[in-house]
Amino acid sequence: MVTVIAETSGNGLHPVTAQLVGAAGGDATVLCPGGNGASEAAALSGVSKVISVEGDCFSSFDGGAWASALGSLTEGRVLAASTANGREIASRMAASKGVAVVQDVTSISGNTVSRPIYSGKAIETITVSDDTILTLRPNTFAAADGGGSAAVNTVNQSADVATSVKEAIAKASERLDVSDADIVISGGRGMGSIDNFSHLEAIADQLGAAVGASRAVVDEWGMSHSIQVGQTGKTVNPSLYIAVGISGAIQHLAGMRSSKYIVAINKDADAPIFGVADYGIVATWEEALPALSDALSNL
Amino acid sequence: MADIAVLLKQVPDTNAKIVVSGDRVDEGAVNKWSMSPYDEYALEAALAQGGSITAITCGPDRAKKMLTDAAAVGATNLMHIVVDDLTTLDSNQVASILAAAVEKTGASVVFCGKQAADTNAGSTGPGVAEKLGSGCVTMVSELSGDSSGFLALRPSATGMERVSVSAPCVIAFDKMGTELRRPNVKGIMMAKKKAIETMSVEDLGVDIGSASVTLDNQSPPAEKPAGQKFEGAESVSTVVGKLREEAKVI
Ligand SMILES: Cc1cc2nc3c(=O)[nH]c(=O)nc-3n(C[C@H](O)[C@H](O)[C@H](O)COP(=O)(O)OP(=O)(O)OC[C@H]3O[C@@H](n4cnc5c(N)ncnc54)[C@H](O)[C@@H]3O)c2cc1C
Ligand SMILES: Nc1ncnc2c1ncn2[C@@H]1O[C@H](COP(=O)(O)O)[C@@H](O)[C@H]1O
Repeated sequence: MVTVIAETSGNGLHPVTAQLVGAAGGDATVLCPGGNGASEAAALSGVSKVISVEGDCFSSFDGGAWASALGSLTEGRVLAASTANGREIASRMAASKGVAVVQDVTSISGNTVSRPIYSGKAIETITVSDDTILTLRPNTFAAADGGGSAAVNTVNQSADVATSVKEAIAKASERLDVSDADIVISGGRGMGSIDNFSHLEAIADQLGAAVGASRAVVDEWGMSHSIQVGQTGKTVNPSLYIAVGISGAIQHLAGMRSSKYIVAINKDADAPIFGVADYGIVATWEEALPALSDALSNL
Repeated sequence: MADIAVLLKQVPDTNAKIVVSGDRVDEGAVNKWSMSPYDEYALEAALAQGGSITAITCGPDRAKKMLTDAAAVGATNLMHIVVDDLTTLDSNQVASILAAAVEKTGASVVFCGKQAADTNAGSTGPGVAEKLGSGCVTMVSELSGDSSGFLALRPSATGMERVSVSAPCVIAFDKMGTELRRPNVKGIMMAKKKAIETMSVEDLGVDIGSASVTLDNQSPPAEKPAGQKFEGAESVSTVVGKLREEAKVI
């Protein structure tokens, strides 16, 4: 028996939810906070029951209230997504039940799990108890297929909130978030100036990719910290990561080395980024990006 | 001004090489230990609030140095709960210890990092909040107001949002736009003389039970096979072909 805390996105499910169900390996109960995504969850194979949890506390995120409202409904092992909200709910639920939480798990085999530590510079393997709460790294576990038809039960359950939203600030751009995107193209100081990021954006549009950046350009050119990849930025693990004009400092690698495929474009053949690149291109971006754009249009 | 407790963890400097020997990360091979980067922002935010600030760490003896560093920039009280090997504790035990330490200080506001640079977990802030029955806001990159009503900027599904929370509360900090203050000579001299209240978990009087998870081993990350390297922009179309045919990612 496994309980999956659904990660929602707007009124629907975030794709990681199907991965949590996939990792559960069958007989999963899915809790949908605020009822969002309940019918979608019911259609995943391996789901035996969906509980649509409705309550006032779900109108905005409050980790303590969500954990308290959802906590009484869990049975067996609890799985949540290793996202900001998933981690917070899991931490509070674990502390309230007096059990451990293990975050950002990348493999599970029975009661043995492993996870990256030191920003991916090492991996640890842990034996967990049956009631340990786990959060799973997105894009790491195979998603459950469709074809399920679980019953949806609605439960009214709320809890006191300690926070209230005073102001919502829309994303500066409609661009994809680096942590959600399947392809990320990032630029570094080698791009020369913030204006040249338009060349990266054009490629990103061709690929349906998100645009990321190194800390050097975030700090020095005043770009949004929300697109910084690395130790003090976001950790990404897309299928494809393209680093352009990024040297590959250890703190940058910390945020992207677990990407499935890495392409590096750098004019310096000795740049450390080539050490992690599956495909390295020694060239300036001024030459390589137009060629990339052409090659992509010819696909 | 409310009293603030700041949770600080000492970790290998982010530039330090992480070496695994046998089945554990070799701490002896770490050439520099530092305050975990996000904790520096938690401390900075506390200093900006002013008043009495207790820096709390749980860890081995070497962590004292970090508390002295915190005093050098302005932490008023230092508290060290000595645990020789933190990897023997699970998240619930760490949260119990730190919550008990916070209660001992009487602080109703707790600042910490969104995640530590060694565990990368993010379990502790919300865990401590749960134990204390406090509200919690994580991933905070801007903070205004005071304990009677903080306004915290955090990411939301659609961008960013400002949420209000008041004491008792835990704020877990992300990187902030503010500069970190550096200690001056006077601060460093004063800090050397500052007493560190040192105690064991037993002294705290908190029952932490036994760990429900056990660390089996730590290992280096799987080596990636060496990549292919191409010279010149002419190779771009070859690489694009490989991304489609070999890697199947575009
Ligand atoms: C505590 C701490 C945390 C940090 N966190 C992060 C983090 O989260 N993320 C992060 O990225 N960094 C982080 N850093 C900073 C990191 O150490 C590096 O300084 C930073 O990553 C360098 O950015 P860069 O690669 O863009 O710039 P540089 O290192 O200056 O590299 C620029 C590269 O561009 C290449 N280049 C120049 N011109 C061209 C051209 N025309 N075409 C192609 N290539 C060109 C150069 O050969 C060079 O390799 C952190 C540092 C510390 C101390
Ligand atoms: N042993 C510790 N001593 C003091 N503070 C800690 C300790 N462990 C975690 N913290 C605090 O909790 C934050 C999150 O840690 P973690 O849950 O390990 O990612 C850290 O950034 C610190 O602020």
